[in-house]
Amino acid sequence: MVPEGHKYTKEHEWLRVEGEEAVVGITDYAQSELGDITFVELPEKGREVNRSESIATVESVKAASDVYSPVSGKVIEINGALADTPELINRSPYEEGWICRLSVAGAIEMENLMDAEAYENYLKELK
Amino acid sequence: MSYVPNTPRDIQVMLDAIGVKSGGIEELFKSISQELRAKSFDLPAGRSEFEVERYLRGLGKKNVTDLIYFLGGGFYDHYIPAAVDAIVSRSEFYTAYTPYQPEASQGTLQAIYEYQSCICRLTGMEVSNASLYDGGTALYEAVMMAIRITGRNKIIMDGAVSPIYRKMIRSYTGNLSVEFVETPLFHGSRMSYRDEIDRYLDDRTAAVILQNPNFFGTIDDHSDIAEKCREKGILVIESVYPIALGVLKSPREMGADIVTGEGQSLGIPLSFGGPYLGFMATKKEFVRKMPGRVVGATTDKKDRRGFVLTLQTREQHIRRSKATSNICTNEALCALRALVYMCLLGKEGIKKVARLCMDKAEYAKKILGEIKGVEVKKWPTFNEFIIKLPKDTSEVIGKLISKGIAAGFPLSRYYKGMDNYLLVAVTEKRTKVEITAFANALEDILWS
Repeated sequence: MVPEGHKYTKEHEWLRVEGEEAVVGITDYAQSELGDITFVELPEKGREVNRSESIATVESVKAASDVYSPVSGKVIEINGALADTPELINRSPYEEGWICRLSVAGAIEMENLMDAEAYENYLKELK
Repeated sequence: MSYVPNTPRDIQVMLDAIGVKSGGIEELFKSISQELRAKSFDLPAGRSEFEVERYLRGLGKKNVTDLIYFLGGGFYDHYIPAAVDAIVSRSEFYTAYTPYQPEASQGTLQAIYEYQSCICRLTGMEVSNASLYDGGTALYEAVMMAIRITGRNKIIMDGAVSPIYRKMIRSYTGNLSVEFVETPLFHGSRMSYRDEIDRYLDDRTAAVILQNPNFFGTIDDHSDIAEKCREKGILVIESVYPIALGVLKSPREMGADIVTGEGQSLGIPLSFGGPYLGFMATKKEFVRKMPGRVVGATTDKKDRRGFVLTLQTREQHIRRSKATSNICTNEALCALRALVYMCLLGKEGIKKVARLCMDKAEYAKKILGEIKGVEVKKWPTFNEFIIKLPKDTSEVIGKLISKGIAAGFPLSRYYKGMDNYLLVAVTEKRTKVEITAFANALEDILWS
């Protein structure tokens, strides 16, 4: 099930806006496609990222994939727990497996982001 | 019948698809200048096996293989124990490619794993890859790795890093946005010129490339440079001579982040163009940025120890466009030679070889320095050093060859204003008699 309250990208990242900040992670679909995740390369705190720029790399037994930032912003917090327990992404992609928190100045470019329903339909198309 | 895999129509369809408007297939070869193109593909008529063998033997005779070598410059005439050839010649080890299937390749994978362990012991570093082509490409890979790690693109190259390697790096990076600064040599000792390197250590600098012993044979302790680099988030790439590590401070102790080198000295015969062996070792924190294969130890379902290629997701067969390198592979057979060599000698054996090289080089420095007009600098060196002759080296080198002695490497080949300088290398194979013969022959040529 795709949870409500998040925004989604076609590359299977999710974004949860919390005021001037936004949390980024990858979706349940992404984690199940990747398989057992063995390593997450996290961004540096303080890094400025543009939308669609790679902010992290998720490495599984099958592949190493980039995570693209759904919005522009500055990295203010990273999920340090992923360093020792990257499998948190497999277990809890929308909660404990979050990747980083961005501070988002100004208006967020929402045009290319999907809501839960749109993303669910998108997944159906992929099948 | 001529072998034509594509019909003119096929070719036209392909040219249309890639947007070649006119000029046909020739258009695609335009960037290759005429003089580099084949003049003709008319080959002479075939010859019999016997004729070909006779022809090749004739060519082979042009090689001179029984000289007494004082030639180095990155490649050295070390003794290779017979057991190296015997073990490496076992057909079980012959493989055309990196073994990806652990279920079929435990022997080769274990050999590579042990090779990696030996390289780590030798350099003091935490992780090694399964090997690379040669010392020069290994150094290029280190440059690209430093750029990936730091996100910066300026590289400082010490002018005493092998000019062959510097040329290779520039060639490989020719179409990439990498900025190079080459620092001049410190004339007092030919050591790394601290003040010059300092000038370029800024927040755009990804790495400093150093070599120890450097191209002039001079040994140095780069700890102070590494310390300064660390403060500024700049990586130190150290290119080393593996035999010298038997006696020198290890690159790890000096604070190097990436260590590379030419592995030819570890049981691989000298030959023009190789095959040689590049090695690379680094800190564990950089293992995911390191190019090439890595073999890891693991356990199978029944808890038995086994070996597999690990961290494969960084690599070109899984992640083509973002692989750590798309131009590297593993020199399995050469790495095996190096492994067998290192195991046969052991820690003490490598130390002994290194001491012998150093002692014999010191003896050579002493007696060559006694020749009138020959100047030997008092710089600290390992097994290679420069001497200044009272005349141009090229003439002297030619005359010594006819006396059966390969005197050394003429520095004028790569450095301006060094026409009279010769780079002389001495390995454990050189006897007192040979060194004395060299000195006598040189004296004869200069003064009679």
